[in-house]
Amino acid sequence: MTGKRYVARDTHVASRLMGGEMMIMSTRDSTLFTLNGVASVIWEAADGKTPLDEIVTEQICKEYDVAPEQAMMDAETLVEQLAGHGIMIVSDQQIAPRENSEVHPK
Amino acid sequence: MPDTLTATECSQVVIEIGGLPIRLRVDDAGFIDLLNRRYEGFVTTSREPQFEFQIDVTPPGLTEPDEDVRVHRDSKQWFFDRGDFHAEWNPSSGLGKVRQTVNPYSIDCVLRIVHTLLLARNGGFLLHAASAVRNGRAFLFSGVSGAGKTTISGLAPSDVTLLTDEISYVVKDSGEYSAFGTPFAGELARVGENLRAPIAEVFLLAQGPANTIEPLETAEAAHALLRNTLFFAEDPDMVNLVFQSVCDFVRKVPVRRLTFLPNAEVWELIR
Repeated sequence: MTGKRYVARDTHVASRLMGGEMMIMSTRDSTLFTLNGVASVIWEAADGKTPLDEIVTEQICKEYDVAPEQAMMDAETLVEQLAGHGIMIVSDQQIAPRENSEVHPK
Repeated sequence: MPDTLTATECSQVVIEIGGLPIRLRVDDAGFIDLLNRRYEGFVTTSREPQFEFQIDVTPPGLTEPDEDVRVHRDSKQWFFDRGDFHAEWNPSSGLGKVRQTVNPYSIDCVLRIVHTLLLARNGGFLLHAASAVRNGRAFLFSGVSGAGKTTISGLAPSDVTLLTDEISYVVKDSGEYSAFGTPFAGELARVGENLRAPIAEVFLLAQGPANTIEPLETAEAAHALLRNTLFFAEDPDMVNLVFQSVCDFVRKVPVRRLTFLPNAEVWELIR
C-alpha cells in the first residue's frame, strides 16, 4: 500500500463505548458488532480526514506495545472487514462529512 | 338511551399495558368477548386512551402468522404487515386501523409493535424475559427460547408475583427503571399481574449443573440484552433509540448471569 488511506464511520450506525469495548449496531439491519480496545481507537479516530497510517502511528503505537508494521497490517485488515460489513468507509481520498444519524455518547 | 350505551360498550375495549391505555374498536361482539378474556386484568374503563385502533375484521382465509413482521414508516404514518394482518398507525393523531381475521394473535402482535415504538421514545423497551416481583422489587430473567424463562417462572415460590413469563416491559421514568406486568404470555399461557415495580436486577439465564450467579461486564451485558430486545421497526432512528436505551439501561441496572438447576432452590438466590 503506497498512497494514503482514509477511513470514516458509516452514517447508518449507532455506537457506544462500553467498558473499553466499542459496541456498534448497524441501523440498516440491526447487526451487532463489538470492537476490542485497539479497534475502538481506530473507530473513534475514523473521521474521514486523518490518514489511517497517522491514526496507527500517533494513537495505536503510542498507546499499545506493538510494532508499527504489524499495527498497520492489523489496521488495514480491520478496516477492510468493517467496510465489508458496511459500517465503515475506506477511501484513498479524504471523506467528506455527511449527514450522520450516528449517536455515540461516551 | 340504554340501548345505545350498550351498543357502544360492546364495540370497544380499552387495554392498558405499561400504564398506557389503547382503545380497540371492532364491530364484532364475539371478538370483543375474546379480547376481554384474552386481556383480562389489563382491560380498563377508568382512563381515556391516547391511542385508538379500528379493527376491520376480514373473512377467514389463508394467512401466514409465522411470516416475519414488517414495520416501516412513511412520513408520520407507520405500517405493520404480517401474513395475517395489515395495520397502519399515526402516532401524532393517535389513530390507527388493523385489518385481520377474528383471532387474538394478530392484534397481540400489533400491540407489541405499538408499545415498542412508544417505549423507544422514552428510553424503555420490551425484552424477551420473564419478570417477577419479590419484596417489592422486580427481577428480570432474560434469554432466548429454551433458556429457561418459563421454567424459572414455574418454579417461583408463593411470595413471588409473576409479571410475565415471556415479554418484559421496561420503562424509564426520571432516570429510574421499572418493570410492568404484561399480558404477553409464553408457554405458561398465563397473563402476568398488572402491576409495576422498580427493577432490581436482570439475570441472563443458562441451565447448568449448579445454581450460580456470575457478574457480567457492561459490554457483554449490553450485547446479550440487545440480542433479546424485541424490536421490529426497519427505521434507523428507532434502531438507534433502542440501542442507546439498552446501553443506558445496563449502566444503571446490574446484569448478571444466572446458571440454574431446574428446581425451586434457585429462588433462594433471588431476593
